[in-house]
Amino acid sequence: MSTILDPTDERVPVARQPTPRPTTITGNVALLDISKPRGNILLDQFEARLKERLPGVNFNRYAKPTFTKPAPDDLRQEIRARNDFVIEALAD
Amino acid sequence: MLPIKSQAPAFNLESAEGTSFSFPSDQSTLICFIKEDCPTCKLIVPILQQLHQKQLLLLAIGQTKDGNDRLIKEFDLTMPLLDDSDLKVSFAYDIDTVPTLVKTSPNGSIEAQLIGFVKEEWQALLGTELTDSIDWTTLPDWRPGCGSLSVDPIIADRLRAEAENSPLRARKIEVAAADDEFEFMFDQGFSDGLPLVPPTPERVLRMLAGTRRDPQEIVAILPPNLAATTVEKVAINAVMAGCKPEYLPVVIAALEAACTDEFNAHGVMSTTMGASPVMVVNGPICDRIGMNSTLGALGQGNRANATIGRAVRLTLRNMGGAKPGGTERSTLGNPMKFTMCFAESEARSPWEPLHVERGFAATDSVVTLFGMTSGPVLIVDQTSVASEQLASSMAMCLQSVHHPKSYMGSDTLLVVCPEHLDTLQRDGEMSKAQLRRIIQDSLAKPLKELAQDEQSGVGIAAETLAKMDATRQNKRVTKFPNDADIHIVVAGSDAGKFSGAFHGWATGSIGTISVSRKIEE
Repeated sequence: MSTILDPTDERVPVARQPTPRPTTITGNVALLDISKPRGNILLDQFEARLKERLPGVNFNRYAKPTFTKPAPDDLRQEIRARNDFVIEALAD
Repeated sequence: MLPIKSQAPAFNLESAEGTSFSFPSDQSTLICFIKEDCPTCKLIVPILQQLHQKQLLLLAIGQTKDGNDRLIKEFDLTMPLLDDSDLKVSFAYDIDTVPTLVKTSPNGSIEAQLIGFVKEEWQALLGTELTDSIDWTTLPDWRPGCGSLSVDPIIADRLRAEAENSPLRARKIEVAAADDEFEFMFDQGFSDGLPLVPPTPERVLRMLAGTRRDPQEIVAILPPNLAATTVEKVAINAVMAGCKPEYLPVVIAALEAACTDEFNAHGVMSTTMGASPVMVVNGPICDRIGMNSTLGALGQGNRANATIGRAVRLTLRNMGGAKPGGTERSTLGNPMKFTMCFAESEARSPWEPLHVERGFAATDSVVTLFGMTSGPVLIVDQTSVASEQLASSMAMCLQSVHHPKSYMGSDTLLVVCPEHLDTLQRDGEMSKAQLRRIIQDSLAKPLKELAQDEQSGVGIAAETLAKMDATRQNKRVTKFPNDADIHIVVAGSDAGKFSGAFHGWATGSIGTISVSRKIEE
């Protein structure tokens, strides 16, 4: 038997469980644009379609300053405080 | 050796017959460390045997199992010879030389220690009554001892790593005897795809000797896991990459540079464009650790160049969690993601080296990181003979950074080869600033020429252009946002008119800004 030292950050991997999905959508939905090209167009389409299907729901638009970095703390907290759901537009 | 009056470490060892002997007892004790292949040890074995026959509490400790068996046979020993073949007791007593004779008081503190054999010292310590059957006149006045096995360099690192005060804190992973440690590391996901050197505690300790920093000091917080990365963790990854200990300070400085908001390792490692850090090392450390700045500097064949870059990438992978398919989402990837690190050929260049240009002293050793998406893209020009001709010819090759119609979005690292450098200096001393200006002027275009068209969707949208007046449409824009976004270094062999250019990623606070860090030696 030989011994080696762990090169990783030693986090015990814990499988994340998805948040339970509610059966109805009410309240506020955040639409987050990560600022990749044409992400706003995708979200425009989402917003228009969803408003037709969910007339009683409010949609709030947000954008990250740059797609290359994680969302700033303030933005994350604001989205969390004011919304019940979030849809994030990735990719180009 | 341990200091006089200090407490002698407790131990429990077995004799060849399997009898267990413990120290301390409540009696004054003699402890003698010997090994079979030491002539001086053999000289004093008969003395030890007689001390045993005199009912003195003597614990003779041998350093190899086979050697103990041979001594028992050769000297017909009746005294127990204790087995310290794993050398832990020898290490705990800090034995440099065998024989070492330690005398303890009844409470277990060290009263005296004799190293090697000096007849007068041994007689004075033991007295003649206890050794009346020994003919001291036949013994030499003195003999030096031999090196203790516990200080053999190969063994000492293992003993240090296993000792209670070991500086190592990383989780130990036991690889089963039937398991292949190289295959095991692949299976664990530690590898970039190439074999790794197993990071055994001994190797990691040797690596840590390359820095004066405390092994538990935090070097950087590595994205995307935001893992607090200690010097020890960097050393583990440096061992796996194949580094020598003297490379470690470069790896540490490079990781510090990578984990700044300016460099933005998170974005560089995860972008679909496939960026990667390109590392340029300047200053006296380059020669000291044998980095390559000349023939094939950007290629394979030099251990320092290859393994420093690899160690940085492996640390970002294993600590930060930047793994392809995870947060690393590069569409194509590129070979720089294995490693890309080289030294600047400062002696060959009339220009200020990169680190001096960036505010450091020439005597400082510095690593500079650039977030680059491709390169080195070769600039093949074997026929330009005038300085400005070559400069504008090089500019033409830089037109393709990202896309010929993509302007003001990226930077470039231009690696000028010595023959091109000579041509650039041929008509007078062309400075780096002049070279940058020629490149920018050569590539500058009016906005209207950068419009989208049937041949390319890259460029300015027609509706955007239509909103501009004629003056605005005719405004000339440069390829790179600023002259300073053309980074210039010298490297390569004296033969060949082939410079190279690394093409950047998203330049500026939107993406990445190059960062330099002084290397602490």
